[in-house]
Amino acid sequence: MNLETNNLSPGKNLPVLIIDNLSVQVVGIPTTHYVVENISFDVKPGEMLCVVGESGSGKSVTALSVMGLLPRGGLVPSGGAILVDGENVVTASQKRLREMRATRMAMVFQEPMTALNPVVPVGKQIDEVLRVHTNLTKIERREKVLSMLDSVHLPDVKRIYDAYPHQLSGGQRQRIVLSMALILDPKLLIADEPTTALDVTTQKQILFLIRELQEEHNTAVMFITHDFGVVAEIAERIVVMNRGRVVEVGQREDILARPRQAYTRMLVSSVPSLIPKMRQAPMGEIVLDVAALNKTYAEKRIFGSGRTVAAAQDVNLTLRRGEIVGVVGESGSGKSTVARCIVRLVDPTSGAIRIKGLDIAQAGGRKLRPFRRSTQIVFQDPYRSLNPRRRVGDSIAEGLINFGAPREKALAKAVESLRTVGLDPDVMQRYPHQFSGGQRQRICIARALAVEPDILVADEPVSSLDVSVQAQVLKLLEEIRERTGIAVLFITHDLRVAAQICDTIVVMQNGRIVEAGPAETVLTRPQREYTRALIEAAPGRDWDFQNFRPVDANKAPIFSRVTL
Amino acid sequence: MSATPNHKPGEMTREEPFELPLTGEAAPHISGPSAFGHFKRTLKRGPALMALLMLGAIVFVAFSAPFLGTTDPIAIDPGQRLRLPTAENWLGTDAYGRDVYSRVIYGSRISLMVGLGAALMSVAVGLLIGVIAGYVRLADAIVMRVMDGVMAIPSILLAIALVSLSGASLLTVLVAITIPEIPRVVRLVRGVILTVRSEPYVEAAISLGTRLPTLLLRHMVPNTVAPLIVQGTYIFASAILTEAILSFLGAGLPPEKSSWGNIMAEGRMYFQLTPGLILYPGIFLSLTVLSVNVLGDAMRDALDPRMARKL
Repeated sequence: MNLETNNLSPGKNLPVLIIDNLSVQVVGIPTTHYVVENISFDVKPGEMLCVVGESGSGKSVTALSVMGLLPRGGLVPSGGAILVDGENVVTASQKRLREMRATRMAMVFQEPMTALNPVVPVGKQIDEVLRVHTNLTKIERREKVLSMLDSVHLPDVKRIYDAYPHQLSGGQRQRIVLSMALILDPKLLIADEPTTALDVTTQKQILFLIRELQEEHNTAVMFITHDFGVVAEIAERIVVMNRGRVVEVGQREDILARPRQAYTRMLVSSVPSLIPKMRQAPMGEIVLDVAALNKTYAEKRIFGSGRTVAAAQDVNLTLRRGEIVGVVGESGSGKSTVARCIVRLVDPTSGAIRIKGLDIAQAGGRKLRPFRRSTQIVFQDPYRSLNPRRRVGDSIAEGLINFGAPREKALAKAVESLRTVGLDPDVMQRYPHQFSGGQRQRICIARALAVEPDILVADEPVSSLDVSVQAQVLKLLEEIRERTGIAVLFITHDLRVAAQICDTIVVMQNGRIVEAGPAETVLTRPQREYTRALIEAAPGRDWDFQNFRPVDANKAPIFSRVTL
Repeated sequence: MSATPNHKPGEMTREEPFELPLTGEAAPHISGPSAFGHFKRTLKRGPALMALLMLGAIVFVAFSAPFLGTTDPIAIDPGQRLRLPTAENWLGTDAYGRDVYSRVIYGSRISLMVGLGAALMSVAVGLLIGVIAGYVRLADAIVMRVMDGVMAIPSILLAIALVSLSGASLLTVLVAITIPEIPRVVRLVRGVILTVRSEPYVEAAISLGTRLPTLLLRHMVPNTVAPLIVQGTYIFASAILTEAILSFLGAGLPPEKSSWGNIMAEGRMYFQLTPGLILYPGIFLSLTVLSVNVLGDAMRDALDPRMARKL
């Protein structure tokens, strides 16, 4: 084994990872169907290679194949070779693979909380890597772990060493995972959507950190992502994947500016622009008026008063007919709480929610029911938003039947609203599991529209959809707004999406509204420091994806000129 | 989790089952039409099929007891006491000269009745209480503490107390066996309801103005069916055992009702003379409980395919 290594990697610029004609197939199914088919690419030392693709494109399967971590009894490499530092992973024994992980190749996953053991202090978990792979003494190991923690810029490393994962923030956890992956100085780091679960500001820091560590250790990085913003930010070379095949490989500028394949072109141009469209100020009547809304969660104790958490404080906003108001903010900013209060899925602690002038904030039971019809909600996760046991038609007609429409009429209306969202009426007889995520989200929108509400609350409706599908759903919402004059409260964490669809933007932080105004003003001339930081953290700001060209971030919508 | 991108910060962390991208075919889902095929396939595997056949045979025997060459199971014939198996008395006779074969065959009726009765009653009552505990937050604390209390009482002791209070009859025994099983069902149902109530499709139904009873019956209770079927089979098996234990201890059915438990109880003094008195009802009891348990396991695997793959 060592011989091979010596023979193959004397030169400095030989690729660390060579994937040669790799195919992966499902165990037990005849060879006609591949999950990954004949893919080839390589990663050189110190290079940042981004693998992009939509869900189901095979990018994660490729990563798992390189690590030798394909689910046993599920998927199996059926052809080709994966050479890591000259050694073929496909044919390596389990024992050899174990030795190679962490020393030659390491992987970072999307969700740092599940990648760490919740009952072991993080320092111990990093220490374990050293204990298994090296002969260092206890003191040496501790030294090494502490210096590693230091190099990922964690504060107060001695305290962090003894901390449990739940005591750290998402960004800190991802730093821990990174130090665990890099402590033995592997030649190849595979990062599978490492920043997708993080807020934009944290994402920016982690991307920066990966870059820094890579340069320091000359590590080859294979960075898997679905986010073209991130790609534009960090990639040197890009591999575009679709349905288990490599569509295109090329330098960052070539792929982003001169994509050769139609698929790549479509994918790149689907990325919403950060530059807001100029819109006329909405002048319709006010359908929703939220005034001084508060929601606090109190921890109940038998003696004394427990901790209280203010999820929303003094929130004021109005929504006009035909207007799309975007509520943006990072996780925990209270944007979903506000949405759920307006739909009355949670009861607000105080304040007023006036729908067409009538306050429903404290209305209960029978009094509330007629108002249910005027406000509808669409959720983030289309897979959980439809009752799996009910036919699509029944789900859509349910609301109308609840409000007293006869069944035939309700079903007729369901057909109509399915047409509105661009689906065929014959889907009525089918069950939700027969549809893709994008189709399900359309069904959810149809269900909400069937009762002809005045207000649609959309809670991250496109966040779990692929960019191409996302673009379609956004277009659909826009059309519906044009046609029906519905008012939309659009909750999102993605400024690009907000820039595309919103007339007005409300920025929230820690349960409070920090800035509100027309989308154009908020995104190009932000008044508050926090808004500015959010915009600056949005990845890929220096690239205009629709027009396949770079833009000068300093002349772009945001004021980097204002020194922070 | 790495297979599904586009997760929003920290909110959508539910783990999707690892979906194999087959040719446009829908992912397997517990409730879809394709799930039933999977259910049937699982039940057709060796052990489950044997258990099913065995249980079918016992049910058949119980139903057609009078036509299987049996005599009156309580007809006493003092002249024929403690006989070993003969052509006339296939499994011999007991201390009163009663035909053991007939008694065991008729005993299967009691066992199945008790098993089915206890399973149905505890599931019905437990479902009702569980839904209340799971949905009405105020009731939850009280109901669950009462259930904890019931769980703390040893079930056999509770049964003996109930039987001695209200006399030995089938109904008393049934109630005595059912009560200790209820808390388990309540916990199960409450857990499911608590998870399901925050599902987006339930919240969507609320915002569509669905009334509470419909909301519960249409959107929430169906999720409890699969785990309840599995729990039901376990209760079925344990109820049969408990009835046998109670009858064996003399706190069960009155002596004129032949049950496997009291056949064994009466036979225990003559074990060395005629071991069949304990052996034959014992074999029936073990086979019934075994096949119900195997069937329960198979059903759990069939209803939760992910679990089956792990085991």
